[in-house]
Amino acid sequence: MNKELIGLDRVGMTYEAASGPVEALAGISLSVGAGEFVSLVGPSGCGKSTLLRIVAGLRPATVGTVTVAGRAVREPIPDIGMVFQAPILLKWRSILQNVLLPAELAGKDATALQGRAQQLLDMAGLTGFGDKLPRELSGGMQQRAALCRALLLDPPLLLMDEPFGALDAMTRDDMALELLRIWGERDLAQSARKTVLFVTHSIGEAVFLSDRVVVMSPRPGRIAADLRIDLPRPRTVELRASEAFGRLSLDIFRALTGRVGAAGTA
Amino acid sequence: MCPNVRLRMMKFQSLLRQYWPTVALFAFLLASWQVAVSAGGIREYLLPSPLAVWNALWHGDTAWAQHLWVTTLEIVGAFFLAAGVGVALGVAIAWSPLIANALVPFLVFVNTLPKVAIAPLFLIWMGYGIFPNMLMGALIGFFPVVINTAVGLSQVEADMLDLGRVFNAPKWKIFVKIRIPNALPYILSALKITATAAVVGAIVGEFVASQRGLGYVIVTTQSSMNTSVAFAALIWISVVGLVLYGAVVLLARLWAPWAEGID
Ligand SMILES: Nc1ncnc2c1ncn2[C@@H]1O[C@H](COP(=O)(O)OP(=O)(O)OP(=O)(O)O)[C@@H](O)[C@H]1O
Ligand SMILES: [Mg+2]
Repeated sequence: MNKELIGLDRVGMTYEAASGPVEALAGISLSVGAGEFVSLVGPSGCGKSTLLRIVAGLRPATVGTVTVAGRAVREPIPDIGMVFQAPILLKWRSILQNVLLPAELAGKDATALQGRAQQLLDMAGLTGFGDKLPRELSGGMQQRAALCRALLLDPPLLLMDEPFGALDAMTRDDMALELLRIWGERDLAQSARKTVLFVTHSIGEAVFLSDRVVVMSPRPGRIAADLRIDLPRPRTVELRASEAFGRLSLDIFRALTGRVGAAGTA
Repeated sequence: MCPNVRLRMMKFQSLLRQYWPTVALFAFLLASWQVAVSAGGIREYLLPSPLAVWNALWHGDTAWAQHLWVTTLEIVGAFFLAAGVGVALGVAIAWSPLIANALVPFLVFVNTLPKVAIAPLFLIWMGYGIFPNMLMGALIGFFPVVINTAVGLSQVEADMLDLGRVFNAPKWKIFVKIRIPNALPYILSALKITATAAVVGAIVGEFVASQRGLGYVIVTTQSSMNTSVAFAALIWISVVGLVLYGAVVLLARLWAPWAEGID
């Protein structure tokens, strides 16, 4: 593995909710190398979003230590792209202005990035929607706009929470390929690629995209399995039909359900 | 036919379809009022006929332009005063919990005072003039602006604020780019209330102390029994009020089109 970029050591998270404490994560130890594409899969409510927020520095973990690029995370860390589970577009801004928001918030010249923003929108299949308001777009289109926003400043670290969750299967596969292209699968050495932490509910998507798939147990989320996906890159659509792809998917399915050898009957 | 013109005609027709009952009812009421007064022998100082009011509007010896000008000035001044002070206080409250703790109980107290009862004090303190009446309008109209500004600035989705934090935006920038636009529809909807309150305040102020203005005109008719002039003054007041209200509605549509249909 490359030099470690994200390090979690026995991280736990307990929310203090009105109805009492909710333990969302327990004993998470995980190391993600620079340039690695790691997917998180796990049942709903197991703490995947929570984990991303902790890594981003949006919420402090209640126990354990989190480091990014060797530094302890205590507040929001700089230079990340984050795709939240909901699109969270500002409803008073046009789509293009929403994509440009990170530049404005970070005090960078937004007009200089208009061309790039437009390119990203084209890439996401949103050509011609730049001057529409968010409410004029479908849920899936909003999600793609949010993806463009996360990519605008070309961040070296991407935290993505089900970014393709609201998309139809076809668009979803296209976007997965685009993401790999942006990640630098074809033209960059691994150390030069972005580091991606990617939450998904789709086993196939996780296998197709990732170098590693981390499977989490039901709440409180623990790491149930950590599988290396040693399929050749660049990944192609045909790969999905291969025997190795099926085997890895099955492994993940078993780790997810905690069942051994019962996959066929599920 | 050019499609644009056709579209406009269709729009006009649908407006007509929607509002003809209003227009018809209004015309019916006016007509029966006129008939009741002229045929029923109601004395004019009790209830003037619509025609008498019309005459008072255009042919009487009231210097309407002057009174209208004074009252309009008071109302518009009151509106901007209330809007400016209200937004400023709302921003201060949302910005700092310390300021909020200091101000809010005080403002709530001021708001519970019957403002009309303060009007005679204004006369003692400031004498006759446009400004005290402006102030009365502002006093009645500013509170909803404070509250809505503060609420609009604070009730931002937690996720939106996280979005700002992810991009390491400083507090003032989150304020300008996220909180203020979020508050805009709230503020505009409070300004609709303020537009109405400014009218009430200005007229009440004139009732208590004035030598000019539409409220003053109404007061003088009490002794002259010139009721048709009072009715004419009422019409002018409602015209000013409606124009101001309409301007705010238009502004809301222009400035916060994403919030259409929220109020
Ligand atoms: N702000 C909060 N306050 C209290 N409890 C919370 C909060 N956020 C999340 N939780 C709880 O923590 C647990 C994990 O939530 P989280 O959103 O991380 O799950 P998730 O794995 O992302 O689920 P999903 O796949 O449905 O998105 C849940 O049980 C949830 O109820
Ligand atoms: Mg989640």
